[in-house]
Amino acid sequence: MSTQAIPRARPGSTSGAPSPALPAQLRRNAPLVPTDTAAGRSLAAVIAILTFLAGLCAGAAEMVAANAAQWQGDVAQEVTIQIRPSPGRDVEADLARAAGLARSEPGIAETRVFSKAEAERLLEPWLGSGLDLSDLPVPRLIALKLDRNKGADLKRLRAGLLEALPGVASLDDHALWLQRLSTAAGAFVGIGIGLVILVLVATGLAVTFATRGAMASNREVVEVLHFVGADDDYIAKAFQRRFFGLGLRGGAIGAGCAILAFVILGILARAARSGPAGQEVEALFGAFQIGLRGYASVVLIGVIASLVTGVVSRITVRRFLA
Amino acid sequence: MKSLLPGAERPVVQFENVGMRYGLGPEVLSDVSFRIAPRSFQFLTGPSGAGKTTLLRLILLSVRPTRGLVSVFGEEVSGISAKALTGLRRRMGVVFQDFRLLDHLTTYENVALPLRVQGRTEASYRAEVVELLRWVGLGERMHALPPLLSGGEKQRAAIARALIARPDLLLADEPTGNVDPGLGRRLLRLFLELNKLGTSVVIATHDFGIMDAVDARRMVLGEGRLRIEE
Repeated sequence: MSTQAIPRARPGSTSGAPSPALPAQLRRNAPLVPTDTAAGRSLAAVIAILTFLAGLCAGAAEMVAANAAQWQGDVAQEVTIQIRPSPGRDVEADLARAAGLARSEPGIAETRVFSKAEAERLLEPWLGSGLDLSDLPVPRLIALKLDRNKGADLKRLRAGLLEALPGVASLDDHALWLQRLSTAAGAFVGIGIGLVILVLVATGLAVTFATRGAMASNREVVEVLHFVGADDDYIAKAFQRRFFGLGLRGGAIGAGCAILAFVILGILARAARSGPAGQEVEALFGAFQIGLRGYASVVLIGVIASLVTGVVSRITVRRFLA
Repeated sequence: MKSLLPGAERPVVQFENVGMRYGLGPEVLSDVSFRIAPRSFQFLTGPSGAGKTTLLRLILLSVRPTRGLVSVFGEEVSGISAKALTGLRRRMGVVFQDFRLLDHLTTYENVALPLRVQGRTEASYRAEVVELLRWVGLGERMHALPPLLSGGEKQRAAIARALIARPDLLLADEPTGNVDPGLGRRLLRLFLELNKLGTSVVIATHDFGIMDAVDARRMVLGEGRLRIEE
Protein backbone atom coordinates (compact mmCIF):
# COMPACT_ATOMS: atom_id res chain seq x y z
CA MET A 1 0.00 0.00 0.00
CA SER A 2 1.35 3.39 -0.84
CA THR A 3 0.47 6.68 0.75
CA GLN A 4 1.85 9.00 -1.87
CA ALA A 5 -1.33 10.69 -2.91
CA ILE A 6 -4.95 9.83 -2.37
CA PRO A 7 -6.70 9.66 -5.74
CA ARG A 8 -8.65 12.79 -6.41
CA ALA A 9 -12.09 11.36 -6.66
CA ARG A 10 -14.43 13.88 -8.15
CA PRO A 11 -17.99 12.68 -8.70
CA GLY A 12 -18.76 12.30 -12.35
CA SER A 13 -15.26 13.26 -13.44
CA THR A 14 -14.54 9.85 -14.87
CA SER A 15 -17.92 9.00 -16.30
CA GLY A 16 -17.97 8.09 -19.95
CA ALA A 17 -14.24 7.47 -20.09
CA PRO A 18 -13.45 4.42 -17.99
CA SER A 19 -9.80 3.49 -17.87
CA PRO A 20 -8.95 0.71 -20.32
CA ALA A 21 -7.22 -1.10 -17.49
CA LEU A 22 -10.51 -1.68 -15.67
CA PRO A 23 -11.22 -5.32 -15.08
CA ALA A 24 -13.76 -6.46 -17.64
CA GLN A 25 -15.49 -9.00 -15.43
CA LEU A 26 -16.12 -6.61 -12.54
CA ARG A 27 -19.10 -7.86 -10.59
CA ARG A 28 -21.46 -4.95 -10.22
CA ASN A 29 -24.63 -3.98 -8.41
CA ALA A 30 -25.49 -7.25 -6.77
CA PRO A 31 -28.72 -6.84 -4.77
CA LEU A 32 -28.09 -4.97 -1.52
CA VAL A 33 -30.24 -7.40 0.41
CA PRO A 34 -28.92 -10.96 0.21
CA THR A 35 -31.16 -13.01 -2.05
CA ASP A 36 -31.81 -16.69 -2.47
CA THR A 37 -31.61 -17.59 1.16
CA ALA A 38 -33.54 -20.58 2.50
CA ALA A 39 -36.17 -18.20 3.92
CA GLY A 40 -36.52 -16.52 0.53
CA ARG A 41 -37.00 -19.84 -1.24
CA SER A 42 -39.62 -20.88 1.32
CA LEU A 43 -41.49 -17.61 0.83
CA ALA A 44 -41.43 -18.07 -2.96
CA ALA A 45 -42.81 -21.60 -2.45
CA VAL A 46 -45.59 -20.30 -0.14
CA ILE A 47 -46.52 -17.61 -2.67
CA ALA A 48 -46.47 -20.20 -5.48
CA ILE A 49 -48.81 -22.52 -3.56
CA LEU A 50 -51.17 -19.71 -2.59
CA THR A 51 -51.23 -18.36 -6.15
CA PHE A 52 -51.90 -21.87 -7.46
CA LEU A 53 -54.89 -22.27 -5.11
CA ALA A 54 -56.19 -18.79 -5.92
CA GLY A 55 -55.76 -19.55 -9.63
CA LEU A 56 -57.77 -22.77 -9.29
CA CYS A 57 -60.55 -20.90 -7.43
CA ALA A 58 -60.65 -18.13 -10.00
CA GLY A 59 -60.58 -20.57 -12.92
CA ALA A 60 -63.36 -22.71 -11.42
CA ALA A 61 -65.49 -19.64 -10.71
CA GLU A 62 -64.92 -18.38 -14.25
CA MET A 63 -65.85 -21.80 -15.67
CA VAL A 64 -69.09 -21.92 -13.66
CA ALA A 65 -69.95 -18.35 -14.59
CA ALA A 66 -69.35 -19.01 -18.31
CA ASN A 67 -71.34 -22.28 -18.35
CA ALA A 68 -74.17 -20.78 -16.30
CA ALA A 69 -74.35 -17.78 -18.62
CA GLN A 70 -74.50 -20.06 -21.67
CA TRP A 71 -77.13 -22.28 -20.11
CA GLN A 72 -79.15 -19.30 -18.96
CA GLY A 73 -78.95 -17.84 -22.43
CA ASP A 74 -80.23 -21.05 -23.99
CA VAL A 75 -83.04 -21.51 -21.48
CA ALA A 76 -84.10 -17.89 -21.55
CA GLN A 77 -84.52 -18.10 -25.32
CA GLU A 78 -87.33 -20.60 -24.96
CA VAL A 79 -90.77 -20.33 -23.40
CA THR A 80 -93.52 -22.93 -23.39
CA ILE A 81 -97.28 -22.72 -23.63
CA GLN A 82 -99.07 -25.55 -21.90
CA ILE A 83 -102.58 -26.50 -22.91
CA ARG A 84 -104.44 -28.67 -20.45
CA PRO A 85 -107.18 -30.86 -21.90
CA SER A 86 -110.47 -30.44 -20.14
CA PRO A 87 -113.80 -32.21 -20.71
CA GLY A 88 -115.95 -30.64 -23.35
CA ARG A 89 -113.16 -28.79 -25.09
CA ASP A 90 -111.39 -29.52 -28.31
CA VAL A 91 -107.71 -29.63 -27.45
CA GLU A 92 -106.60 -29.32 -31.06
CA ALA A 93 -108.72 -26.17 -31.52
CA ASP A 94 -107.29 -24.72 -28.29
CA LEU A 95 -103.79 -25.56 -29.48
CA ALA A 96 -104.34 -23.90 -32.83
CA ARG A 97 -105.75 -20.82 -31.16
CA ALA A 98 -102.86 -20.53 -28.73
CA ALA A 99 -100.35 -21.06 -31.55
CA GLY A 100 -102.09 -18.35 -33.56
CA LEU A 101 -101.85 -15.95 -30.65
CA ALA A 102 -98.17 -16.75 -30.28
CA ARG A 103 -97.45 -16.30 -33.97
CA SER A 104 -99.10 -12.89 -33.93
CA GLU A 105 -96.65 -11.77 -31.24
CA PRO A 106 -93.78 -9.93 -32.99
CA GLY A 107 -90.94 -11.11 -30.69
CA ILE A 108 -91.51 -14.81 -31.30
CA ALA A 109 -89.15 -16.26 -33.89
CA GLU A 110 -90.43 -19.80 -34.05
CA THR A 111 -93.50 -21.65 -32.86
CA ARG A 112 -93.54 -25.41 -32.68
CA VAL A 113 -96.61 -27.31 -31.66
CA PHE A 114 -95.87 -30.69 -30.14
CA SER A 115 -98.15 -33.34 -31.56
CA LYS A 116 -100.01 -35.73 -29.29
CA ALA A 117 -97.50 -38.48 -30.07
CA GLU A 118 -94.62 -36.17 -29.20
CA ALA A 119 -96.28 -35.12 -25.93
CA GLU A 120 -96.76 -38.74 -24.98
CA ARG A 121 -93.19 -39.56 -25.85
CA LEU A 122 -92.07 -36.91 -23.38
CA LEU A 123 -93.70 -38.99 -20.65
CA GLU A 124 -91.95 -42.18 -21.65
CA PRO A 125 -88.98 -41.77 -19.33
CA TRP A 126 -91.35 -41.70 -16.37
CA LEU A 127 -94.13 -44.02 -17.42
CA GLY A 128 -92.33 -46.42 -19.71
CA SER A 129 -93.07 -47.18 -23.36
CA GLY A 130 -95.81 -49.22 -24.94
CA LEU A 131 -98.62 -47.80 -22.82
CA ASP A 132 -101.85 -46.56 -24.27
CA LEU A 133 -102.10 -42.99 -23.04
CA SER A 134 -105.08 -42.04 -25.15
CA ASP A 135 -107.40 -42.04 -22.14
CA LEU A 136 -105.13 -39.89 -20.05
CA PRO A 137 -105.46 -36.11 -20.19
CA VAL A 138 -101.90 -35.50 -21.35
CA PRO A 139 -101.15 -31.75 -21.49
CA ARG A 140 -99.99 -30.45 -24.84
CA LEU A 141 -97.11 -28.13 -25.38
CA ILE A 142 -96.19 -25.36 -27.77
CA ALA A 143 -92.48 -24.49 -27.72
CA LEU A 144 -91.76 -20.87 -28.60
CA LYS A 145 -88.33 -19.63 -29.57
CA LEU A 146 -87.77 -15.96 -28.85
CA ASP A 147 -86.16 -13.65 -31.34
CA ARG A 148 -82.79 -12.59 -29.89
CA ASN A 149 -82.98 -9.19 -31.50
CA LYS A 150 -86.58 -8.30 -30.77
CA GLY A 151 -87.84 -8.33 -27.22
CA ALA A 152 -91.05 -10.32 -26.95
CA ASP A 153 -93.81 -8.97 -24.75
CA LEU A 154 -94.49 -12.11 -22.74
CA LYS A 155 -96.83 -10.25 -20.41
CA ARG A 156 -99.14 -9.37 -23.27
CA LEU A 157 -99.00 -12.93 -24.59
CA ARG A 158 -99.81 -14.28 -21.16
CA ALA A 159 -102.75 -11.88 -20.80
CA GLY A 160 -103.94 -12.79 -24.30
CA LEU A 161 -103.85 -16.52 -23.50
CA LEU A 162 -105.69 -15.97 -20.25
CA GLU A 163 -108.37 -14.05 -22.01
CA ALA A 164 -108.79 -16.42 -24.94
CA LEU A 165 -108.36 -19.71 -23.12
CA PRO A 166 -109.01 -19.12 -19.43
CA GLY A 167 -107.99 -22.03 -17.19
CA VAL A 168 -106.72 -24.02 -20.14
CA ALA A 169 -103.56 -22.34 -21.39
CA SER A 170 -100.62 -21.15 -19.33
CA LEU A 171 -97.29 -19.65 -20.27
CA ASP A 172 -94.09 -20.88 -18.62
CA ASP A 173 -91.08 -18.58 -19.10
CA HIS A 174 -88.79 -20.62 -16.78
CA ALA A 175 -88.20 -17.50 -14.68
CA LEU A 176 -88.09 -19.51 -11.46
CA TRP A 177 -85.45 -21.90 -12.81
CA LEU A 178 -83.43 -19.08 -14.25
CA GLN A 179 -83.50 -17.26 -10.95
CA ARG A 180 -82.36 -20.36 -9.05
CA LEU A 181 -79.63 -21.07 -11.56
CA SER A 182 -78.49 -17.48 -11.47
CA THR A 183 -78.44 -17.49 -7.65
CA ALA A 184 -76.46 -20.74 -7.53
CA ALA A 185 -73.95 -19.53 -10.14
CA GLY A 186 -73.67 -16.14 -8.42
CA ALA A 187 -73.04 -17.81 -5.06
CA PHE A 188 -70.35 -20.03 -6.57
CA VAL A 189 -68.63 -17.10 -8.25
CA GLY A 190 -68.92 -15.09 -5.01
CA ILE A 191 -67.30 -17.90 -3.03
CA GLY A 192 -64.55 -18.10 -5.66
CA ILE A 193 -63.85 -14.36 -5.45
CA GLY A 194 -63.95 -14.55 -1.64
CA LEU A 195 -61.41 -17.38 -1.65
CA VAL A 196 -59.13 -15.47 -4.04
CA ILE A 197 -59.26 -12.43 -1.73
CA LEU A 198 -58.57 -14.62 1.31
CA VAL A 199 -55.59 -16.20 -0.42
CA LEU A 200 -54.22 -12.77 -1.39
CA VAL A 201 -54.63 -11.58 2.21
CA ALA A 202 -52.80 -14.71 3.38
CA THR A 203 -50.04 -13.90 0.87
CA GLY A 204 -49.80 -10.38 2.27
CA LEU A 205 -49.56 -11.70 5.85
CA ALA A 206 -46.95 -14.30 4.90
CA VAL A 207 -44.92 -11.55 3.23
CA THR A 208 -45.25 -9.30 6.30
CA PHE A 209 -43.82 -12.03 8.51
CA ALA A 210 -41.10 -12.88 6.01
CA THR A 211 -40.13 -9.21 5.62
CA ARG A 212 -39.93 -8.72 9.37
CA GLY A 213 -37.77 -11.84 9.59
CA ALA A 214 -35.56 -10.62 6.75
CA MET A 215 -35.23 -7.18 8.39
CA ALA A 216 -34.26 -8.76 11.68
CA SER A 217 -31.70 -11.09 10.09
CA ASN A 218 -30.35 -8.26 7.92
CA ARG A 219 -30.25 -5.73 10.75
CA GLU A 220 -26.53 -5.24 10.18
CA VAL A 221 -27.00 -4.65 6.46
CA VAL A 222 -29.66 -2.05 7.24
CA GLU A 223 -27.39 -0.37 9.79
CA VAL A 224 -24.45 -0.24 7.39
CA LEU A 225 -26.67 1.14 4.64
CA HIS A 226 -27.79 3.89 7.02
CA PHE A 227 -24.21 4.73 7.95
CA VAL A 228 -23.04 4.95 4.36
CA GLY A 229 -25.80 7.46 3.68
CA ALA A 230 -28.78 5.46 2.43
CA ASP A 231 -32.16 6.91 3.36
CA ASP A 232 -35.15 4.84 4.49
CA ASP A 233 -36.73 5.04 1.07
CA TYR A 234 -33.63 3.59 -0.58
CA ILE A 235 -33.50 0.73 1.93
CA ALA A 236 -37.23 0.08 1.56
CA LYS A 237 -36.77 -0.04 -2.21
CA ALA A 238 -33.92 -2.54 -1.88
CA PHE A 239 -36.12 -4.84 0.22
CA GLN A 240 -39.11 -4.25 -2.02
CA ARG A 241 -37.08 -5.20 -5.09
CA ARG A 242 -35.96 -8.40 -3.46
CA PHE A 243 -39.45 -9.37 -2.30
CA PHE A 244 -41.05 -8.34 -5.58
CA GLY A 245 -38.58 -10.69 -7.28
CA LEU A 246 -39.55 -13.51 -4.92
CA GLY A 247 -43.25 -12.69 -5.42
CA LEU A 248 -42.83 -12.65 -9.19
CA ARG A 249 -41.09 -16.02 -9.11
CA GLY A 250 -43.70 -17.53 -6.75
CA GLY A 251 -46.60 -15.94 -8.65
CA ALA A 252 -45.29 -17.13 -12.03
CA ILE A 253 -44.76 -20.69 -10.78
CA GLY A 254 -48.17 -20.78 -9.06
CA ALA A 255 -50.08 -19.27 -11.99
CA GLY A 256 -48.15 -21.47 -14.44
CA CYS A 257 -49.06 -24.61 -12.47
CA ALA A 258 -52.72 -23.53 -12.26
CA ILE A 259 -52.87 -22.96 -16.05
CA LEU A 260 -51.13 -26.28 -16.63
CA ALA A 261 -53.66 -27.99 -14.33
CA PHE A 262 -56.58 -26.51 -16.30
CA VAL A 263 -55.02 -27.50 -19.62
CA ILE A 264 -54.39 -31.08 -18.44
CA LEU A 265 -57.88 -31.40 -16.89
CA GLY A 266 -59.36 -29.98 -20.09
CA ILE A 267 -57.54 -32.58 -22.20
CA LEU A 268 -58.60 -35.39 -19.82
CA ALA A 269 -62.21 -34.14 -19.87
CA ARG A 270 -62.17 -34.03 -23.66
CA ALA A 271 -60.80 -37.58 -23.78
CA ALA A 272 -63.46 -38.78 -21.34
CA ARG A 273 -66.25 -37.04 -23.25
CA SER A 274 -66.37 -39.82 -25.82
CA GLY A 275 -67.82 -42.16 -23.18
CA PRO A 276 -71.46 -41.95 -22.06
CA ALA A 277 -70.48 -40.78 -18.57
CA GLY A 278 -68.49 -37.89 -20.06
CA GLN A 279 -71.47 -36.75 -22.06
CA GLU A 280 -73.65 -36.82 -18.97
CA VAL A 281 -71.08 -34.83 -17.02
CA GLU A 282 -70.77 -32.29 -19.80
CA ALA A 283 -74.52 -31.96 -20.10
CA LEU A 284 -74.71 -31.25 -16.38
CA PHE A 285 -71.65 -29.12 -15.78
CA GLY A 286 -70.83 -27.78 -19.20
CA ALA A 287 -67.52 -27.99 -21.02
CA PHE A 288 -64.34 -28.17 -18.93
CA GLN A 289 -62.56 -25.14 -20.31
CA ILE A 290 -61.89 -21.77 -18.75
CA GLY A 291 -61.43 -19.75 -21.92
CA LEU A 292 -59.14 -16.80 -22.51
CA ARG A 293 -60.75 -14.77 -19.75
CA GLY A 294 -60.13 -17.59 -17.28
CA TYR A 295 -56.46 -17.88 -18.23
CA ALA A 296 -56.13 -14.09 -18.10
CA SER A 297 -57.60 -14.02 -14.58
CA VAL A 298 -55.14 -16.71 -13.42
CA VAL A 299 -52.23 -14.69 -14.86
CA LEU A 300 -53.68 -11.55 -13.27
CA ILE A 301 -53.73 -13.29 -9.88
CA GLY A 302 -50.03 -14.13 -10.31
CA VAL A 303 -49.28 -10.50 -11.12
CA ILE A 304 -51.40 -9.23 -8.21
CA ALA A 305 -49.66 -11.66 -5.82
CA SER A 306 -46.27 -10.25 -6.92
CA LEU A 307 -47.48 -6.66 -6.54
CA VAL A 308 -48.98 -7.42 -3.12
CA THR A 309 -45.63 -8.92 -2.12
CA GLY A 310 -43.71 -5.83 -3.24
CA VAL A 311 -46.08 -3.28 -1.72
CA VAL A 312 -46.53 -5.14 1.58
CA SER A 313 -42.78 -5.60 2.01
CA ARG A 314 -42.20 -1.90 1.33
CA ILE A 315 -44.83 -0.84 3.89
CA THR A 316 -43.45 -3.33 6.43
CA VAL A 317 -39.89 -2.04 5.96
CA ARG A 318 -40.99 1.59 6.27
CA ARG A 319 -42.81 0.77 9.51
CA PHE A 320 -39.86 -1.24 10.78
CA LEU A 321 -37.42 1.59 10.08
CA ALA A 322 -39.71 4.20 11.63
CA MET B 1 -15.30 29.01 3.22
CA LYS B 2 -11.85 29.41 4.70
CA SER B 3 -11.82 32.13 7.35
CA LEU B 4 -8.90 34.35 8.33
CA LEU B 5 -9.56 33.44 11.95
CA PRO B 6 -9.42 29.66 12.33
CA GLY B 7 -11.32 29.78 15.63
CA ALA B 8 -14.20 31.61 13.98
CA GLU B 9 -14.91 28.79 11.54
CA ARG B 10 -18.04 26.77 12.13
CA PRO B 11 -17.09 23.58 13.97
CA VAL B 12 -17.71 20.26 12.25
CA VAL B 13 -18.99 18.79 15.53
CA GLN B 14 -19.98 20.63 18.68
CA PHE B 15 -21.11 19.07 21.99
CA GLU B 16 -22.44 21.22 24.82
CA ASN B 17 -23.02 19.64 28.23
CA VAL B 18 -24.02 16.36 26.66
CA GLY B 19 -25.20 13.58 28.96
CA MET B 20 -26.04 10.10 27.79
CA ARG B 21 -27.54 7.11 29.53
CA TYR B 22 -28.98 3.87 28.12
CA GLY B 23 -32.44 3.26 29.52
CA LEU B 24 -32.50 3.72 33.28
CA GLY B 25 -28.80 2.88 33.70
CA PRO B 26 -26.08 5.21 34.95
CA GLU B 27 -24.83 8.06 32.75
CA VAL B 28 -22.22 6.76 30.31
CA LEU B 29 -21.24 10.32 29.44
CA SER B 30 -21.67 13.37 31.70
CA ASP B 31 -21.36 17.04 30.81
CA VAL B 32 -19.27 16.42 27.72
CA SER B 33 -18.42 19.61 25.84
CA PHE B 34 -15.99 19.90 22.90
CA ARG B 35 -15.63 21.16 19.36
CA ILE B 36 -14.06 19.54 16.36
CA ALA B 37 -12.69 22.18 13.99
CA PRO B 38 -12.65 21.76 10.22
CA ARG B 39 -9.47 20.08 8.89
CA SER B 40 -8.45 19.10 12.45
CA PHE B 41 -6.91 15.79 13.56
CA GLN B 42 -7.55 14.30 16.99
CA PHE B 43 -7.44 11.11 18.95
CA LEU B 44 -10.24 9.97 21.19
CA THR B 45 -8.85 7.78 23.95
CA GLY B 46 -9.58 6.34 27.34
CA PRO B 47 -9.86 2.95 28.98
CA SER B 48 -12.25 0.31 27.68
CA GLY B 49 -15.83 1.08 28.64
CA ALA B 50 -15.09 4.80 29.07
CA GLY B 51 -17.70 5.68 26.45
CA LYS B 52 -15.59 6.12 23.29
CA THR B 53 -17.93 4.12 21.10
CA THR B 54 -20.97 5.90 22.60
CA LEU B 55 -19.37 9.26 21.80
CA LEU B 56 -18.74 8.14 18.21
CA ARG B 57 -22.32 6.89 17.94
CA LEU B 58 -23.55 10.28 19.15
CA ILE B 59 -21.51 12.01 16.43
CA LEU B 60 -22.80 9.47 13.88
CA LEU B 61 -26.34 10.30 15.05
CA SER B 62 -27.16 6.65 15.62
CA VAL B 63 -28.15 7.50 19.21
CA ARG B 64 -29.54 10.74 20.62
CA PRO B 65 -28.22 12.43 23.79
CA THR B 66 -30.25 12.23 26.99
CA ARG B 67 -29.45 15.88 27.63
CA GLY B 68 -27.31 18.63 26.19
CA LEU B 69 -26.86 19.84 22.64
CA VAL B 70 -25.17 18.06 19.75
CA SER B 71 -24.51 19.96 16.52
CA VAL B 72 -23.05 18.32 13.43
CA PHE B 73 -21.96 20.46 10.48
CA GLY B 74 -23.64 23.40 12.20
CA GLU B 75 -27.00 21.66 12.51
CA GLU B 76 -28.52 20.98 15.90
CA VAL B 77 -29.59 17.34 15.73
CA SER B 78 -32.51 17.06 18.17
CA GLY B 79 -35.66 16.73 16.09
CA ILE B 80 -33.71 16.58 12.83
CA SER B 81 -35.67 15.24 9.86
CA ALA B 82 -34.80 11.85 8.37
CA LYS B 83 -33.80 13.55 5.11
CA ALA B 84 -31.43 16.00 6.81
CA LEU B 85 -29.98 13.11 8.83
CA THR B 86 -29.16 11.24 5.62
CA GLY B 87 -27.58 14.42 4.23
CA LEU B 88 -25.34 14.76 7.30
CA ARG B 89 -24.33 11.09 7.22
CA ARG B 90 -23.29 11.42 3.58
CA ARG B 91 -20.68 13.96 4.70
CA MET B 92 -19.17 11.49 7.18
CA GLY B 93 -17.02 8.45 6.67
CA VAL B 94 -16.83 5.82 9.35
CA VAL B 95 -14.48 2.89 9.94
CA PHE B 96 -15.93 0.44 12.42
CA GLN B 97 -13.84 -1.60 14.78
CA ASP B 98 -15.43 -4.75 13.34
CA PHE B 99 -15.32 -3.34 9.74
CA ARG B 100 -19.00 -4.04 9.02
CA LEU B 101 -18.41 -5.02 5.41
CA LEU B 102 -21.42 -6.65 3.76
CA ASP B 103 -20.45 -10.28 3.28
CA HIS B 104 -22.60 -10.87 0.21
CA LEU B 105 -21.02 -8.00 -1.74
CA THR B 106 -17.54 -8.06 -3.27
CA THR B 107 -14.79 -5.76 -2.01
CA TYR B 108 -15.45 -3.50 -5.01
CA GLU B 109 -19.19 -3.35 -4.28
CA ASN B 110 -18.58 -2.70 -0.59
CA VAL B 111 -16.26 0.20 -1.32
CA ALA B 112 -18.65 1.59 -3.93
CA LEU B 113 -21.61 1.43 -1.53
CA PRO B 114 -21.60 5.10 -0.35
CA LEU B 115 -21.69 6.26 -3.99
CA ARG B 116 -24.25 3.67 -5.00
CA VAL B 117 -26.72 4.69 -2.27
CA GLN B 118 -26.48 8.27 -3.52
CA GLY B 119 -28.19 6.97 -6.63
CA ARG B 120 -25.17 7.36 -8.90
CA THR B 121 -24.84 5.05 -11.88
CA GLU B 122 -22.22 2.35 -11.70
CA ALA B 123 -20.44 3.69 -14.79
CA SER B 124 -19.97 7.10 -13.15
CA TYR B 125 -17.93 5.79 -10.21
CA ARG B 126 -16.35 2.58 -11.50
CA ALA B 127 -12.96 4.10 -12.33
CA GLU B 128 -12.90 6.05 -9.07
CA VAL B 129 -13.53 2.96 -6.95
CA VAL B 130 -11.03 0.81 -8.85
CA GLU B 131 -8.41 3.56 -8.49
CA LEU B 132 -8.93 3.83 -4.74
CA LEU B 133 -8.89 0.04 -4.34
CA ARG B 134 -5.55 -0.14 -6.18
CA TRP B 135 -4.28 2.72 -4.07
CA VAL B 136 -5.06 0.90 -0.79
CA GLY B 137 -3.47 -2.23 -2.24
CA LEU B 138 -6.66 -4.18 -2.91
CA GLY B 139 -6.49 -3.99 -6.71
CA GLU B 140 -6.10 -7.75 -6.97
CA ARG B 141 -8.75 -8.49 -4.36
CA MET B 142 -11.66 -6.42 -5.66
CA HIS B 143 -13.69 -9.49 -6.67
CA ALA B 144 -13.20 -11.25 -3.37
CA LEU B 145 -16.02 -11.48 -0.85
CA PRO B 146 -15.12 -10.12 2.63
CA PRO B 147 -15.08 -13.54 4.36
CA LEU B 148 -12.13 -14.43 2.12
CA LEU B 149 -10.13 -11.29 3.03
CA SER B 150 -7.46 -11.19 5.74
CA GLY B 151 -7.91 -8.88 8.75
CA GLY B 152 -5.63 -6.25 7.22
CA GLU B 153 -7.43 -6.43 3.86
CA LYS B 154 -10.79 -6.03 5.53
CA GLN B 155 -9.43 -3.06 7.43
CA ARG B 156 -8.25 -1.41 4.21
CA ALA B 157 -11.55 -2.17 2.46
CA ALA B 158 -13.43 -0.56 5.37
CA ILE B 159 -11.15 2.49 5.19
CA ALA B 160 -11.56 2.73 1.42
CA ARG B 161 -15.35 2.62 1.88
CA ALA B 162 -15.10 5.46 4.40
CA LEU B 163 -12.94 7.53 2.02
CA ILE B 164 -14.63 6.96 -1.33
CA ALA B 165 -17.21 9.73 -0.98
CA ARG B 166 -14.54 12.24 0.17
CA PRO B 167 -16.12 12.90 3.57
CA ASP B 168 -15.74 16.14 5.52
CA LEU B 169 -15.42 14.13 8.73
CA LEU B 170 -13.81 10.72 9.19
CA LEU B 171 -14.53 8.70 12.32
CA ALA B 172 -12.45 5.59 12.94
CA ASP B 173 -13.08 3.24 15.87
CA GLU B 174 -9.89 1.35 16.84
CA PRO B 175 -8.70 1.26 13.22
CA THR B 176 -5.40 -0.28 14.23
CA GLY B 177 -6.85 -2.71 16.74
CA ASN B 178 -6.76 -5.75 14.47
CA VAL B 179 -3.54 -5.21 12.58
CA ASP B 180 0.17 -5.58 13.28
CA PRO B 181 2.08 -2.45 14.36
CA GLY B 182 3.66 -1.96 10.93
CA LEU B 183 0.32 -1.89 9.13
CA GLY B 184 -1.08 0.24 11.96
CA ARG B 185 1.52 2.94 11.26
CA ARG B 186 0.85 2.81 7.54
CA LEU B 187 -2.89 3.21 8.15
CA LEU B 188 -2.13 6.17 10.39
CA ARG B 189 -0.14 7.79 7.58
CA LEU B 190 -3.17 7.26 5.38
CA PHE B 191 -5.39 9.16 7.82
CA LEU B 192 -2.85 11.99 8.08
CA GLU B 193 -2.75 12.21 4.29
CA LEU B 194 -6.51 12.44 4.19
CA ASN B 195 -6.44 15.12 6.90
CA LYS B 196 -4.01 17.18 4.81
CA LEU B 197 -6.56 17.10 2.01
CA GLY B 198 -9.10 18.81 4.28
CA THR B 199 -10.99 16.10 6.14
CA SER B 200 -11.45 16.36 9.91
CA VAL B 201 -10.32 13.10 11.47
CA VAL B 202 -11.28 11.54 14.80
CA ILE B 203 -9.50 8.29 15.70
CA ALA B 204 -10.72 6.39 18.71
CA THR B 205 -7.89 4.27 20.06
CA HIS B 206 -6.04 3.24 23.17
CA ASP B 207 -2.89 2.39 21.27
CA PHE B 208 -0.28 4.75 22.75
CA GLY B 209 2.23 3.72 20.10
CA ILE B 210 -0.01 5.29 17.46
CA MET B 211 -0.84 8.37 19.54
CA ASP B 212 2.79 9.09 20.38
CA ALA B 213 3.68 8.98 16.70
CA VAL B 214 1.57 12.06 15.93
CA ASP B 215 1.44 15.40 17.64
CA ALA B 216 -2.33 15.80 17.75
CA ARG B 217 -5.03 16.85 20.15
CA ARG B 218 -6.15 14.09 22.50
CA MET B 219 -9.69 13.82 23.80
CA VAL B 220 -9.43 11.63 26.90
CA LEU B 221 -12.56 9.98 28.28
CA GLY B 222 -12.53 8.72 31.85
CA GLU B 223 -15.50 7.77 34.01
CA GLY B 224 -17.88 9.41 31.59
CA ARG B 225 -16.14 12.78 31.54
CA LEU B 226 -14.03 14.29 28.81
CA ARG B 227 -10.64 15.96 29.20
CA ILE B 228 -8.92 17.66 26.27
CA GLU B 229 -5.13 17.50 25.99
CA GLU B 230 -4.03 20.00 23.36
